[in-house]
Amino acid sequence: MKAPDFDYLRPANLADAIALLVQHDGDAMPLAGGQSLMPMMNFRVAAPGALVDLVDVAELRGVTVEDATLRIGAMTRYVDLMNDNDVCKAAPLIGMALPHVAHDAIRNRGTLGGSLALADAAAEMPAVMLVLDAAFEIAGPGGTRIIKADKFFLGHYETALAEDELITAIHIPVATPDHSFGFHELTQRHGDYALAGVAVSRTNSTYRCAFFGVADRALRVAELEAALSDGSDIADALHHLSAIDFADDTKANAATRQRLAGVALTRAIEGMQT
Amino acid sequence: MSRTIDITLTVNGESVAATVPSRINLVDFLRNTLQLTGSHVGCEHGVCGACTLTVNGETVRGCLMLAVQADGADVQTVEGLADSGRSAALQAAFTRRNALQCGFCTPGMLASAIGYIDAGGAPDRKAIREHISGNYCRCTGYQSIVDAICDLIEEARA
Repeated sequence: MKAPDFDYLRPANLADAIALLVQHDGDAMPLAGGQSLMPMMNFRVAAPGALVDLVDVAELRGVTVEDATLRIGAMTRYVDLMNDNDVCKAAPLIGMALPHVAHDAIRNRGTLGGSLALADAAAEMPAVMLVLDAAFEIAGPGGTRIIKADKFFLGHYETALAEDELITAIHIPVATPDHSFGFHELTQRHGDYALAGVAVSRTNSTYRCAFFGVADRALRVAELEAALSDGSDIADALHHLSAIDFADDTKANAATRQRLAGVALTRAIEGMQT
Repeated sequence: MSRTIDITLTVNGESVAATVPSRINLVDFLRNTLQLTGSHVGCEHGVCGACTLTVNGETVRGCLMLAVQADGADVQTVEGLADSGRSAALQAAFTRRNALQCGFCTPGMLASAIGYIDAGGAPDRKAIREHISGNYCRCTGYQSIVDAICDLIEEARA
């Protein structure tokens, strides 16, 4: 299908972008890379009265590493992250996960901020952000605020972002040599949304694991992380997965998803890299 | 309410100026307004890859980009790939390997394959398969398509 009609607006800076969102009072949507929003509009799941294209907003661009923090502008495209040695060194998990995000042609337009703001339950980046203990810089009519990733994702397509707010940047603590990372996902076709996937970090013996594609949002399981951190065998820790309220749909039922989550976790940990 | 926008862009080396409705995606603009019907429209949600084309030297989905977003861009479609001779060797490899049956996926396959070859992709069947995993061939002719891409890279390296 084709998208319904809308006004196309292209603000030159952040203040104008926020002002347009405020002015449209919930009827405008920000357009980042459009790789999820365009399909949703073509399906007519989304029908905003106006699109606020963020392509010219310079404040949303740029990648810096400063004071042990990697700061990624929200409009940074996946392809630019993959090709950025500073990013892949400061946050190796991002480099491991990105080849699994859709395909070349999608990664040439899709942005990190766009994916996080959409918060698809099966997307890779929200889980990566949870594992990396990322924080999001958010701008709105009242100014800016910082919110941690673990307070941001509230459900499928549901976040702590208000309708007139934008993610401006993502802050990630720079990895140190005692960090190692793992990533694995199971899909029907390479690049498709995962039936189950997991991102893992280990610091000394402490594990953080965030699953995606399994429930209504990317999530960590405290009991599972505690068992792994205490030195439990992976196989013995897997029963803690039952704490997840697994999605049950036409692609996979809940029991299958729980089984696949265990397989993904086992493979991710076995393949961990520093 | 101004729901049409003036754009100028370069398509297959020619400058184009047009007034487009904001809701028209790039591939529909190319097909319906410019009559460049080589790019195909399949799923219209970025999954099938039939509309894959090149914008500013990078492959994109023509159905997931608005025509207004291509303002100022340099767009190349399969017609441009063919007319410029850029895809001649790849087309010959596709023909030799019988890598097209109904032909619907072929323009997108060519664009994706050229993206892979231009990036210095290896003649590695697994890597080629992963790269074209974003392009559906509903005749399921994948083996021959991988053969054709692999052949071309090997020939160029020989």
